[in-house]
Amino acid sequence: MRSVTGCRFPIPAMPKTLFEKVWNAHAVRTLANGQTQLLVGTHLIHEVTSPQAFGMLRDLGLKVAMPGRTFATVDHIVPTDKFSEPFADPLADAMIKELRRNCSEFGLTFFDRGTGKQGIVHIVGPEQGITQPGTTIACGDSHTSTHGAFGAIAFGIGTTQIRDVLATQTMALGRLKVRRIDVKGKLRPGVYAKDVILHIIRTLGVNGGTGYAYEYGGEVFDRFSMEERMTVCNMSIEGGARAGYVNPDETTFAFLKGRPYAPKGAAWDEAVARWRAVASDPGCAYDDVVTMDAADIAPTVTWGINPGQGIAITEKIPDPAKAGSVDEKASIEEALAYMKLSPGAPIKGTRIDVAFLGSCTNGRLSDFQEVARHLKGRRVAPGIKAIAVPGSQGVGRICAELGIDRIFRDAGFEWREAGCSMCLAMNPDKLVGEQLCASSSNRNFKGRQGSPTGRTILMSPLMVAAAAVTGEIADAREVFKI
Amino acid sequence: MSLPKITQITGRAVAVPGNDIDTDRIIPARFMKCVTFDGLGEYLFYDVRKNADGSNKPHPLNDPRFSGATLLLSGANFGCGSSREHAPQALQKFGFKAILAEGFAEIFFGNCTTLGIPCLTARREDIAAVASAVETDPKLPVTFDVAGQRVLFGGRTIRAQVRDAARDALVNGRWDAIGELLEGLPAAKDRAAQLAYMRV
Repeated sequence: MRSVTGCRFPIPAMPKTLFEKVWNAHAVRTLANGQTQLLVGTHLIHEVTSPQAFGMLRDLGLKVAMPGRTFATVDHIVPTDKFSEPFADPLADAMIKELRRNCSEFGLTFFDRGTGKQGIVHIVGPEQGITQPGTTIACGDSHTSTHGAFGAIAFGIGTTQIRDVLATQTMALGRLKVRRIDVKGKLRPGVYAKDVILHIIRTLGVNGGTGYAYEYGGEVFDRFSMEERMTVCNMSIEGGARAGYVNPDETTFAFLKGRPYAPKGAAWDEAVARWRAVASDPGCAYDDVVTMDAADIAPTVTWGINPGQGIAITEKIPDPAKAGSVDEKASIEEALAYMKLSPGAPIKGTRIDVAFLGSCTNGRLSDFQEVARHLKGRRVAPGIKAIAVPGSQGVGRICAELGIDRIFRDAGFEWREAGCSMCLAMNPDKLVGEQLCASSSNRNFKGRQGSPTGRTILMSPLMVAAAAVTGEIADAREVFKI
Repeated sequence: MSLPKITQITGRAVAVPGNDIDTDRIIPARFMKCVTFDGLGEYLFYDVRKNADGSNKPHPLNDPRFSGATLLLSGANFGCGSSREHAPQALQKFGFKAILAEGFAEIFFGNCTTLGIPCLTARREDIAAVASAVETDPKLPVTFDVAGQRVLFGGRTIRAQVRDAARDALVNGRWDAIGELLEGLPAAKDRAAQLAYMRV
């Protein structure tokens, strides 16, 4: 047998996926049950899922292992009409105070309101340059997959795992399989990143991604901005995938350069070289590959009670009588009964009560810029409550500098302060009764937006604007003549 | 840390049928305004169990015949959506000790295992058989055999699955990983020292 070491040309390493490379670089050891003790490079926390973890830490007499690697912000419970403490809601007030106390006691960086850097955790991380390629990220929030847009492996975790990460900077996890999702071709005008992910979830199902990390690629993702990539990765979990990512490229590096936590000087060049090398190798093996054609994707809206229940704006609401299975029939019936929609009717023209623009899915600068471009000179329809909530103080500040907030206000939107707001309604922004909301958020579950009977239709930010100005579910391409 | 070995659980069962039961339904977000998990049991499935005035809606968990059930039966993709541990905490505080469903969402499954709540999967028709038996006799003892991956009820047995890593952790009393993770902390620090972004 020939000696490998004697070979003149190095034998190329087996091509690997980004997931595999990042996993291997962070795998500390194998635990007794076969799971991996995985190093968590960056830990993000917020006020809702972390207080009990600090309580457990105290009960066990443990300290935070690497306090420099946990970053906190407050987002879910903050009022967005006026940020003034103490909050009117004593429970919310107790939560922000508890987070402050925990960060101060354990020496953690807290992007509190006064820093001007507060906002939704999945908007703040990238904005500050904390989210970087080739890293592992965990946060007690299922939309942590957002950070995968940078070529990070980012997991949503529970509170006991937050305790684990605080105490050891690691967690126990089984390795995921990788499904490559290629979206080929070019999106049609008026079709956005949100439509791409709603289309993917509709196609692969709300539990199609169980056991997988999704690697998104193809021409559509190559062309996407970082913010568009974040919108798609954000909703990976709505398709059942615990993580989703895009390989880092020049777009990624350009976004990160100069951000507060991004490497500087020589360290920047070294980092970029590392980041390039972490991308999936040509010829790497995936556990599954799915290919989609961008031309098949239309402006998409949900009609039901999970994010997989979506249709093109031009389609009709599904009819349970035409369902392919008993299961599908039951789920359509349950959804239509809750949504009070009629089978076979067009979704277009459905009257709305509220329009919500914001969230970790679509509360970024480009979301507001794109809507402002079309909204200028238009008015929100009478009787419609329309609110625009920037995802971070930073986003709000830039929108103010660019006059975007003015365009929204002039159109009749309420322009709010940063927070999660009506995406999950843990703050005062809630639907009332059976109100129907055209929403740029990520979940249309029963009761999600604060009223046990409230109804949500998910869509892209521009479709929310189209619904706001017409007072009904509308095709933004027609409303704004795109 | 010494933890009980969870090999099998016997109790009465109740079915909450349906697919894609999400964690917002298990515990609506407004009840997460808390800094401890205490008291969450009372809000389990609140919006599908209660009317606006606090009175009961028809729901299996409001049915006195199933009061005291510790085993939950459900459909596919149970626990999808939010990563909130408040969901398994609410189930546990309500009194549930284990769940049998057609399938579970990933994060929910992990959260349950870490709390020592076994999540077993089985075929729909088999779960329906258990549900039908307890509907006929709500006092029927049902056993979730985690180690043996089966469910026993009224002299019958169905096959069930518990994923290898979770089954190992449960039956060997290492479902809360903190002890093992702390043992690996020095190795984790060594690894972190090798990663440029964790040094800065």
